[in-house]
Amino acid sequence: MLEPSIIKDEEVEYLIKDVYDMYGYDFSEYSRASFKRRVNRICLIDRFTSFAELRYTILNDPEYLKRFIEEITVNVTEMFRDPLFFKALREKILPQLGTYPLIRIWVAGCSTGEEAYSIAILLKEANLYHKSLIYGTDLNPSVLETARAGVFPLQQMKLYSENYISSGGKKDFSDYYTANYDSVKFDKSLQEKLILSTHNLVSDSSFNSFQLIVCRNVLIYFDRGLQERVFRLFDNSLENLGFLALGAKETLRFSKLDENYHQVDDQRIWKKLDHN
Amino acid sequence: MILNKGNIKTELIVIGGSAGSLQVILEMIRKLDEDLAVPILLVLHRKAHSTNILQALLQQLTPVEVIEIDDKTEIEPNKIYITPADYHLLFEDRKIMSLDSSEKMNYSRPSIDVTFKSAAEIYGENLIGVLLSGANADGVEGLSYIKKNGGKVWIQDPKTAEVEYMPRQAVEQIKYDMIIRPDDLPIYINQL
Repeated sequence: MLEPSIIKDEEVEYLIKDVYDMYGYDFSEYSRASFKRRVNRICLIDRFTSFAELRYTILNDPEYLKRFIEEITVNVTEMFRDPLFFKALREKILPQLGTYPLIRIWVAGCSTGEEAYSIAILLKEANLYHKSLIYGTDLNPSVLETARAGVFPLQQMKLYSENYISSGGKKDFSDYYTANYDSVKFDKSLQEKLILSTHNLVSDSSFNSFQLIVCRNVLIYFDRGLQERVFRLFDNSLENLGFLALGAKETLRFSKLDENYHQVDDQRIWKKLDHN
Repeated sequence: MILNKGNIKTELIVIGGSAGSLQVILEMIRKLDEDLAVPILLVLHRKAHSTNILQALLQQLTPVEVIEIDDKTEIEPNKIYITPADYHLLFEDRKIMSLDSSEKMNYSRPSIDVTFKSAAEIYGENLIGVLLSGANADGVEGLSYIKKNGGKVWIQDPKTAEVEYMPRQAVEQIKYDMIIRPDDLPIYINQL
């Protein structure tokens, strides 16, 4: 069943202002269509029958805010999602990164970490893991806890294993985890080079320079203005000749920065051109 | 039949379909005029990770440009848009479309319900929603939002549907404007 339409358009604006004034999270440039759906969905699952109730709870219960942030942001992700993208990373991008003495990769909006772990596996198999650092960031502290634990539902492993093979993986995928009842724990070594930290793409600035930034299915939740700002943040955080990887249906085409980048064949990967 | 009562202008046609709808779409596309007055948006259930083969397939049949949607694509008349596999499609306003990767709805992503509802809220009476053949009820609830917001609802005649469950549910539950046979679909669209 569809989410009900409990919250009116103008109420969405009040809510965004309240959350910003009280807690500093700025959703004002999030895509309204998705944001409104998420708010209505929260009303449905947490049984708020009116905007007033939801607003009161958010304003008076800082604990509830955590849940609000968690539910308002979409945390749907999977390992090796779009296997052909990971195949391109494996075959075309990693060999180029291999020439650097230290490889720094930023997975922006990493959610529960599935893509960061996927990239760790790719680096291992390319024999580059020992000289790599993967930074996984998200605005939501609780998803990072899941990422840190490295424990995922067993029932997902069939799909992940198929994705892994389609991405060009040659090993037995189950070598990377230990199953325990209905969950699996990924190998500790996949966390050795993984640095997880909160970072808000809306309000936080560049914190390092990278040769590869992966940000997939995050920008779809932002409006065009915010997308442009985040592209600039990425541009400031990317070395010359570094790569920016977006989701399967996200594009740099609508951005002013497009002219400084070159798309790598048919994948949603762009290479930053040299400006010396 | 008078399709445009009064001065209500149709600005968008959204067509939802599942199992058995592709043949109807292919036949329709073949017979569409090359200067469509309105954009057509297709929301079809298909397997995740599918490539853009559908875009290529449809483009062979028509001179009208067929586009698989990227996030924040601007919608324009005389174009046919395809919702990409594994994303929901939402409208920001009458111009910009957003993709959304949130939970499946009715076991489906894209969900026809999600797009019908979003389009209904943005386009109001300037929208036509069409529901074709399919094996689940995705789209039926969305059609009710289209009616509620003043839009028009066309449903494929269940007797002509390869899988009649979806249009049958819609016919039983929704105050539709027209029951459509596949042969007539392009004729009505060309008249808009």
